[in-house]
Amino acid sequence: MTRPGSRAARPALRTLPGDDVRQIMWRYAERYDLQMLVQAARSVARGLVARLVAEGARHTHEWTEAKARMLEAFDEAGLTAVYIDPAYGGYIEGPKNLALALVAFELAWVDAGAATASLATALALAPIHERGTEEQKQRYMSLAVPAPGRPPWRGAFCLTEPIPYVGVETGLLSGKARVAEWPEDGEPILEVTKRGRFITNMGFANFVTAAVDSGDERIQGSCMVILEESDPGIFDRGTPARKLVHQLSSTADPVFALRVPASRIVGGYTVRDGVLVPNYDHAEIIEAVFRRTRVTVGLMTAAKLLSAVEPLIRYHRERFRGGEAVAPGTPRYELGLQQREDVLHRLVDIWATGEAAASLGFAAARLFDELDPLERQKDAILASRGVRGGLAAFKALRNSQKDALELIALEAAPEDRRNQARLEELSSDPLVRFLMLDAVANVLCPAAKLWNTGHGANMMREAVSLMGGYGITEDCPGFLGYKWMDAQLEATYEGPEAVQRRQLSVTMTNEIFLAQFRAWITEMRRIASRRPGTGACALASAMSLWLWTLEHLEKARDADGVKLFQGSRHGVVFPLADALAWLVAVRAQILDLVELAEKGPQNPAVAEGLEGLLAFFTDLAHAHVVRAASEVGRICATLVFGYNRHPAWDDPSAPACYREEELASIEGLIPGIAAYATESEALRADGSHPAKAGPCVRFEGLEDFTRLRAKLDGCLTGGQLAKDRAARALTQVMIPAALDYPA
Amino acid sequence: MNLSFHIVVCAGIVPDPLQTLEPVIGDSGPALKNEMLLPAVLDPWAAHALYEAAHLARGHAGSKVWLVSLSPRAKLQQVMMTVAQKAPFELVALDGPAGGFTDSAEVAGALAAAIEAIPGLDRSRLLLFGGWESAARGAGTTLAMVGERLGIFDQFQGVDELRVEPDGSLRILERVEGGRHQISRCAGPPAVLGWATGSLAEPPNQPQLGMQNMRTILPALQRAQSVALPAAELRFVRVALPSQQRQTRIVRDVAAEEVAREIVDWIRG
Repeated sequence: MTRPGSRAARPALRTLPGDDVRQIMWRYAERYDLQMLVQAARSVARGLVARLVAEGARHTHEWTEAKARMLEAFDEAGLTAVYIDPAYGGYIEGPKNLALALVAFELAWVDAGAATASLATALALAPIHERGTEEQKQRYMSLAVPAPGRPPWRGAFCLTEPIPYVGVETGLLSGKARVAEWPEDGEPILEVTKRGRFITNMGFANFVTAAVDSGDERIQGSCMVILEESDPGIFDRGTPARKLVHQLSSTADPVFALRVPASRIVGGYTVRDGVLVPNYDHAEIIEAVFRRTRVTVGLMTAAKLLSAVEPLIRYHRERFRGGEAVAPGTPRYELGLQQREDVLHRLVDIWATGEAAASLGFAAARLFDELDPLERQKDAILASRGVRGGLAAFKALRNSQKDALELIALEAAPEDRRNQARLEELSSDPLVRFLMLDAVANVLCPAAKLWNTGHGANMMREAVSLMGGYGITEDCPGFLGYKWMDAQLEATYEGPEAVQRRQLSVTMTNEIFLAQFRAWITEMRRIASRRPGTGACALASAMSLWLWTLEHLEKARDADGVKLFQGSRHGVVFPLADALAWLVAVRAQILDLVELAEKGPQNPAVAEGLEGLLAFFTDLAHAHVVRAASEVGRICATLVFGYNRHPAWDDPSAPACYREEELASIEGLIPGIAAYATESEALRADGSHPAKAGPCVRFEGLEDFTRLRAKLDGCLTGGQLAKDRAARALTQVMIPAALDYPA
Repeated sequence: MNLSFHIVVCAGIVPDPLQTLEPVIGDSGPALKNEMLLPAVLDPWAAHALYEAAHLARGHAGSKVWLVSLSPRAKLQQVMMTVAQKAPFELVALDGPAGGFTDSAEVAGALAAAIEAIPGLDRSRLLLFGGWESAARGAGTTLAMVGERLGIFDQFQGVDELRVEPDGSLRILERVEGGRHQISRCAGPPAVLGWATGSLAEPPNQPQLGMQNMRTILPALQRAQSVALPAAELRFVRVALPSQQRQTRIVRDVAAEEVAREIVDWIRG
């Protein structure tokens, strides 16, 4: 057996992973509908979309005929109808999160603006899908399905407004709804005014779902309302945004002043004491929408990173070919820049980031597919108990929270020592399952958006830099320069990084999440015992350190006695959220690797090259875990120590200060003790002190942390060896003769 | 007059032409390096035949299309995720080796046997379609032998167009030298048509159609019979890639006519 880190020959990575591998890793090997969808999206992406980009269609802010052809291609390829349930004319049964995620991934492999254009109507429909009345669903979902002889209706989601209103802060709405008419025994007519900013699809949208606040005492609170282009009043599409990114999507700053019936309020309304009360305020709706759609944005950046691998390898290998002195068969000809370790190591980092980002994003998408029906079940159960609304629902679920914690404990217990009947009872309780999945989804979604796009954008810069000057030209194979810029938008729209960190800072302390997180530590140790080269053990150590740090910070105060862990203290909670995002990303990467190892042998087309692929993915994961663990260690140490005041020489409470003669006299009493003393802490006879800032920091109360940190540092063992092996594999892998889309 | 057809398209799979195709000698003879790992596509020549078959069937009520393929099942399944979206057909799958290093006579035998076993196939209305060549092997022999084994002697190769006349006869354009076509007339099925490129564009992917097709494709894949091709009589003297010359030049803002003229000049040397 080959020991991890051994220099013994390992099976080589023979080709880049293909569809059959990805289907196993991302768990859609049994979903033929999704496999077809992937092929359909890919043919549009690497065909028409790539040609549009190569022809320079991105070089205009206007919505053009060329860009409009893309929408027709989406319609023909079935992408427009992906989001729609079969009851309204769609063709994919059940939840669509993974389906939309795969479409976004495929389109963003070439151009994320195309992905945004493809998904924007789904975003406009999402409020209706999540909270709309049956009549609203019937009308708008059906209209959005392409049908022979009738172009589908396309929608825009309008939340963001010009500064200083809604953007990063989703609560400040200047858009207003007022009662224009309220006929006796008739439906109220609303006057809706709203100015939008950065609204996607606005160049051609037939309908808009807009967030507005009450501008009238006869309307209670905010809501979302559906506007149609033929409604009486002003439906001004506005000027196109002069954006530098995602130019294949239409983005504009519209102005609306329209009269619409109150039945357009998403989710309907009731009338209480002469006041129109929307059934859902805009915050409730956008929360339900964004927690799903943000995952697809995270996957756009993941696609870019993985799409960069093949063009980079080809560029590096062929870099010196054609030179007179570079003969075929020589290392310079065959390997080119791949002779240099730096190039290989940086590409390993890019590939590993792409893998983890994809694994995390698809894990989150699958989780929402699982969660969606449970959420509806939960709503139905609570409604049958007469419970509705956020706080009431929260109270009603309190008992189930205890059950969820019990179930997590039971699942983690050894099979022969747990109450199986109780476990089955709790497992079949939809409220318990909902709470468990919801707690994880509330972490994975913001983590995928934050880490994939934020760290992903940094790594795209690396990818561009690895192309040299070529990387920042329009001719760069794989459009890497565009992708780098686009990644910055992905880190911004649908909630910038600060919003994701804020959400994580709340959801990561949910006790149901933390209980599952503890179980994940055990899970990683078990994986490590079966697959020691994956870095799973180091990841478990990093998770333990993060957990200790969180628990410590929740109780700790800074040097001035101010509580450390509080939402507004971004210097504390944000880095901790970042660290958690690293952890869940590499965990997802390892879980996908394990899935491939277990299921791959069953597929003959995968089995043939599986040994080499697994060896490479194992090394890739290990190297990446080391990177993640290093980040987590750094962040945790910074937070645990960084808010304490450094001891000073003149601080009377500094316990470290003693005089050299004192040490000498104690040595007389206890021979050998001086050997244990830190000489540099001793004050000299003249009262002077060693040349440093003060006595070194002691770790009273933090011994557990230093133990865990030291352990984690030790767990980094072998990580660089794994990186070396992964780098070598990049020099051996066979790549296609040419990229399958134009540059 | 019954103008409906039973169209059987013989189609193998080949590695995606954009992949690096490197011949190697393995334990069981010549092969392409990492062939099982390379993404595969329906043989492009046969794919044209499939699109023409679907087009013909669409225009003649009561017609039906079968696609018969001898390929490694797992690879064929992947290919079907795209092909099933292009046209309606029923799959007859044989699980066996594909590629350019099998014995075409053995392949033809297996395909002919599978076609003979198709339930409900009306041989009097049979049009046997396929590629006149293959991206895996340019010999163009397999389809002709399948036709012979099925007793179909009206055979046409390099077909670019098939027109069904009102009297049920077939007007067929076959490629000949110099970019010209030979026009043939055939009284009607059965006939073998080895297609060149035809004139139809590749249909867009339609997942809805694919999901419909998959209802029969998946069971067909599951019951695919394993076919051994021992090739006992086959001996390869030499295996090499055809010599090729790639000259890539990126041009912008050049009229299509100018590009065409330059290519013609280059071909003329």
